[in-house]
Amino acid sequence: MAEEKKPVRKKIKATGEMQRIMADYFYEMDDAAKTGKKKIAWCTSVGPAELLRAMGLLVHFPENHGAMLGATRMSTDYIPVANAAGYSPDICSYLTADVGAYMKGVTPLSKAYKGIESVPKPDVLVYNTNQCRDVQDWFMWYAKEFNVPCIGIHTHRGVGDVKESHITSVAKQMEALVEPLEEISGTKFDMDALRHTVSLSRECSDLWKEVLDTASAVPSPLTFFDGTIHMGPAVVLRGTQQPVDYYKLLLAELQERIKNKDGAVEDERFRLYWDGMPVWGRLSNHSKLFSELRTNVLASTYCNSWIFTAFDADDPFNSMAKAYTELFIVRSDEAKEKYIKNMMDFFKVDGIIYHDAKTCPNNSNCRYGMPQRLEKVTGLPSLTINGDLNDMRLVSDEQTKTNVEAFIEQLEEKK
Amino acid sequence: MTSQPIFAGIDVGASRTKVAILDAEKNLIGHAVEKSGTDFSATAKACLKISLEMAKAEEKDIIRAISTGYGRKNVSFITQETKTEISCHGKGCYSYFPKAITIIDIGGQDNKIIKLDEEGNRSGFKMNRKCAAGTGAFLEEMAPRLDIPLEEMNALAGQSEDMVRLGSFCTVFSATEVLENIRNGKKVPDIVKGLFFSVIQRVLEMDSLSENVVMTGGVVAHNPLLVKMTEEIIERNILVPEYPQLTGAIGAAIYAM
Ligand code: SF4
Repeated sequence: MAEEKKPVRKKIKATGEMQRIMADYFYEMDDAAKTGKKKIAWCTSVGPAELLRAMGLLVHFPENHGAMLGATRMSTDYIPVANAAGYSPDICSYLTADVGAYMKGVTPLSKAYKGIESVPKPDVLVYNTNQCRDVQDWFMWYAKEFNVPCIGIHTHRGVGDVKESHITSVAKQMEALVEPLEEISGTKFDMDALRHTVSLSRECSDLWKEVLDTASAVPSPLTFFDGTIHMGPAVVLRGTQQPVDYYKLLLAELQERIKNKDGAVEDERFRLYWDGMPVWGRLSNHSKLFSELRTNVLASTYCNSWIFTAFDADDPFNSMAKAYTELFIVRSDEAKEKYIKNMMDFFKVDGIIYHDAKTCPNNSNCRYGMPQRLEKVTGLPSLTINGDLNDMRLVSDEQTKTNVEAFIEQLEEKK
Repeated sequence: MTSQPIFAGIDVGASRTKVAILDAEKNLIGHAVEKSGTDFSATAKACLKISLEMAKAEEKDIIRAISTGYGRKNVSFITQETKTEISCHGKGCYSYFPKAITIIDIGGQDNKIIKLDEEGNRSGFKMNRKCAAGTGAFLEEMAPRLDIPLEEMNALAGQSEDMVRLGSFCTVFSATEVLENIRNGKKVPDIVKGLFFSVIQRVLEMDSLSENVVMTGGVVAHNPLLVKMTEEIIERNILVPEYPQLTGAIGAAIYAM
């Protein structure tokens, strides 16, 4: 394009601190797995982490590990291993990458953290099907492999308004986890400990929301691609003090940028919203592609999915049930559309990109006419990119590039 | 040779390279189409040479050139300025049909549906997904299976009396279906028409159409029957520009003006 420029993507200074706390997190777990000092739970990314932490368990998130496999571009090498073992190339490629890598005895953790040789062996696996059924199948595989219990919560899906009955049912299921968890952890359940983790999670969530909301400034100090990296602590350490401290630091840096009108993408011309999963193996390519077009993809459903405003230390079980059911991915298309419309307004975007991820129908929201409906309501154009979160065999860089460039040319015409 | 200011559009497609030379009044005074091959730059040079000869012009007369298409970044010998083929096809078609239109472009490697409003501004577009089904590559793949030259497909399909229906999305599955039909003694023209029908289906699945429909692209240029069949399916006349394969290159040249 005529307006092409060398990309200027500003590095976030707080990144070093984030890397430090993430390293501590992985080393602590690795140590616990090796020495047996502490028990380890594996948990789905929007599973009941607060309860697990309140029981004194350390928590490993296989989806985070899946994303690491993707971001390090290892996933496509190991997905076929799981495919050959009977896990279809059409199902969640976090699952297939993670299981495939495990079968081959490989983990990106070894590359990033010297001395860590494998994922930490679990004492229990805890899922919530609020996001999809794949997580349950995934955890069941490991339960067999490690011969440990796999317990979980079955959440209603396609929820319109979150009703009392949804909350009661999920809260009951969460309470029912206490007994087996006491047995596994050897720790007696303590309501105050749960109140404490819920309150820390809430604090983390509020700060994370503030961080993401800074992108509503023009120019935006933050990109979606930054968000996918910096959400790490909110996902894996929520319920502890570290992310609270970290997001205060990050927030201050972003507020400083706003004050100085310092955009994450130099000369921001267009602002876009991203719906669906990131393409982990192409984060940096995509970030470069958009910044070269002086376009900031600055907000997303994905990064905002770790905001749980319902958490309430006064009513831990019910508020957790509410928070984990209120989530975007759990909801009906009608509720999702309302949500996206609000986000597009709030972040003042010029258009929306849907990532249709082949192996994640649960978080590919463009498949049932949503782009057409939302275009009508918002008057803003949309683009659908076909790809995948982790299986790079499903990604065509040339197609993506042409689609994105053509979309920006369309926005240019409109200006 | 009297020199006059000219504008060049270079459309380096995955399958064919097209060049269009326009004069200051937007008249198409030179053009060429060649197989892109493996050396995009060399092919573009060759096309440009032919086009310039046809236009009775020289490279120095080119005021500005813009490239488009899959290999748009590979022709820096003539220009560094690029536009996507989506924009160029839109621009090119609108110059022929200045009204609200939906463009169906069937190319060698990809299909596009582009929607323009009354003013020629794009309101949306779609490109085909990963699979080659419904593109020129699909027909190229099928011709040898039927042991017929690609260029004869249009005439053969025209002879069909009882079109074979092929059900599959996928090129590989379609090939199996074709073989099955051959085994069952179906006539080649009926199978070829079935292939055309399948191409049209794949394209129509991509998006809805507005009232005025334009068809372009190499596959359309070489197979006018495709247009006729599409007209029957959508029950209205389709507009086809004079050089359906050149609209991208023409659009690029207009952008250069
Ligand atoms: S929501 Fe999608 S990506 Fe996440 S675990 Fe489920 S299938 Fe995989």
